[in-house]
Amino acid sequence: MLSRPLAGIARAPSALRRYASASPTAAFAGKKDSNGKYTVTLIPGDGIGPEISESIKNIYTAAAVPIQWEEVSVTPILKGGKTVIPDAAINSVKKNTVALKGPLATPIGKGHVSLNLTLRRTFNLFANVRPCVSIQGFKTPYDDVNTVLIRENTEGEYSGIEHEIVDGVVQSIKLITWDASERVARYAFNYAESSGRKRVTAVHKANIMKMSDGMFLSACREVSKEFPNVSYDEDLLDRVCLQIVQNPKPYSDRVMVMPNLYGDILSDMCAGLIGGLGLTPSGNIGRDASIFEAVHGSAPDIAGKGLANPTALLLSSLMMLRHMNLFDYAEKIEKAALTTIAEGKTITGDLGGKASTSDWPAISSHCSILPALFPYKPCRANPSHQHIHLPAGLT
Amino acid sequence: MLRAGLSAAARPALARPATTLAADFAKVTKRPTTKYGGIYTVTLIPGDGIGAEITDSVKEIFEHVNAPIEWEQYDVSGMSSVGLKGILFTPISQSGHISWNVAMRQQLDIYASVVLCKSLPGVPTRHSNVDFAIIRENTEGEYSGLEHQSYPGVVESLKVSTRAKAERISRFAFDFALKNNRKKVTCVHKANIMKLGDGLFLNTFRRVAEEYKSHGIEFNDMIVDNTSMQLVAKPGQFDVMVMPNLYGAIVSNIGAALVGGPGIVPGCNIGSEYALFEPGCRHVASDIMGTNRANPTAMILSATMLLRHLGLDPVANQIAAATFDVINSGKVRTADMGGSATTSDFTSAIIKNL
Repeated sequence: MLSRPLAGIARAPSALRRYASASPTAAFAGKKDSNGKYTVTLIPGDGIGPEISESIKNIYTAAAVPIQWEEVSVTPILKGGKTVIPDAAINSVKKNTVALKGPLATPIGKGHVSLNLTLRRTFNLFANVRPCVSIQGFKTPYDDVNTVLIRENTEGEYSGIEHEIVDGVVQSIKLITWDASERVARYAFNYAESSGRKRVTAVHKANIMKMSDGMFLSACREVSKEFPNVSYDEDLLDRVCLQIVQNPKPYSDRVMVMPNLYGDILSDMCAGLIGGLGLTPSGNIGRDASIFEAVHGSAPDIAGKGLANPTALLLSSLMMLRHMNLFDYAEKIEKAALTTIAEGKTITGDLGGKASTSDWPAISSHCSILPALFPYKPCRANPSHQHIHLPAGLT
Repeated sequence: MLRAGLSAAARPALARPATTLAADFAKVTKRPTTKYGGIYTVTLIPGDGIGAEITDSVKEIFEHVNAPIEWEQYDVSGMSSVGLKGILFTPISQSGHISWNVAMRQQLDIYASVVLCKSLPGVPTRHSNVDFAIIRENTEGEYSGLEHQSYPGVVESLKVSTRAKAERISRFAFDFALKNNRKKVTCVHKANIMKLGDGLFLNTFRRVAEEYKSHGIEFNDMIVDNTSMQLVAKPGQFDVMVMPNLYGAIVSNIGAALVGGPGIVPGCNIGSEYALFEPGCRHVASDIMGTNRANPTAMILSATMLLRHLGLDPVANQIAAATFDVINSGKVRTADMGGSATTSDFTSAIIKNL
């Protein structure tokens, strides 16, 4: 009895879900300060984090990027019996709406929730964008990778809802909601439209998880109707894994969108194709802020030795520059970075070279013409896009 | 344990057989009874898509070598204690039926899926020297089929993990490693996020691993996203891998792609009472159905695993050797291996080679 009126409320275009029809991303609205600079929060992170952040700062100074860094620590503190991120960090990101973040260490199997997870929840970072492009100069068995993967970032298998029913029997709940699915789907279509990719592929396992992944698919299908210029299809997770590893080339024409866990696994797999997480950027797009980060580990074993490769954080920072509409600076640094790797004279140990982190950005006057490899444009809502109501079958 | 020791002693020369399919696997199933004259009855479920074509290849080959097998063919289900099966198609729509593949595995309690990924000489791939076995829990986890809508637009899907099943599959993996002279077992998990569910799997694995330390089998664990990255970059580091259900689907497809596609990767599903043999990488391939272009290798190799399961090793070796010869000589290859031969060409080439 009760569920009927409730369903009615949920379907009305009420305040409940107004955000879904607002801008799908926190389109950058920062202002320059009196020195003509934007302030960006910098979270150096653990392990190799501080040294690679230092390297980014140096490169940015050299390129005269109008950015002022505001460095904060996110080491959790105990507050009211809970581990939380310090207020200073939260306020800084809230104020600046853009942050660059180094790797954080997440302890396995211990009680407290992952910091990355907390950041995602705090700032509603609903979409994780993971482009992977083969880097010239770093040879892997795959030289034609150019994939873009968008991962739902807030729910699914990462809901963190688990319980032990009786000894030895655990239930973990994968949570899929229409709102979150629709939101990430809309972002994916927006991204496809603005980055010139003509196709969105939803990756799923709805043959097994009929309701949860099924709803994710219906949300994607509904959103696809708003984007007549972008074609839409669906593919099983199994097939996508198989096909990308066999031949990644056909995937360069599209944006893939998928629930959380599949996105986690597939994005790392794509990173593996081009040489690892040390070469892949990542952006977390949210409603209240956007955080660009290096997704590799904090590598405590080589921390402080000047051996770490700053590429991933640098490439992520380029996504950030494009998010802030600083396209020229992004282009300039990208050229220099990719040329440095392609030349192979000053590359770090993980890429097969001997250079140290501080040598690495000894790059300035390269002028070879490279295409913009990490197209990133902030997406804005098309005012004609209406919020979609739940199809009748779902209520 | 005794059996493992005996079989190791009996075959010292075959430390690690040269071909994928000579690999032995833990024979936990009771040897089925034979009819008069030593004929075994095996259930055959051709399955959907290319199933009929590739099982026909197997039937033809078995007939040619006079294998002591009598087929009992069913269009969907039914089972003696050993079966050979193609893949059944599962519709995606919410009103569609649940996966019969999963139902069969759950009802017959064929809990361990074994997929062998090994580079075959003659198949063009990007990586060489791939040789690992994927042991996948087959009956629980994300495939529990328990889902509900708790509020319009909010769906919960339950992943059920139990200690008993984690322990059973871990033991299976270590027994498999022992029998096949493999050195390392890797547990694939996501316990950093699913601390209780995958944590239970991982902790159980570690406890079982302690018991096998005296056999000199190494063990380690790896998070599933890292595993998929390592697989495509450095597949040589893996030997035996054990994991919950969904990760198995992902890893076996990556593995198949590394060695040349779903057409050449064999597999089986083993339970305490039943054994079911089907291609390792479960694709229906309805896009090439009925065109006589499917690669029957995976099915033929799965069938040779079936023969070994029944103790008919000589026949199995004969068929496997002929198949590898045909692939390696490179004259007759199906489209997925870069050739233009049809399924029936390929089958007759193998028969000629026997």
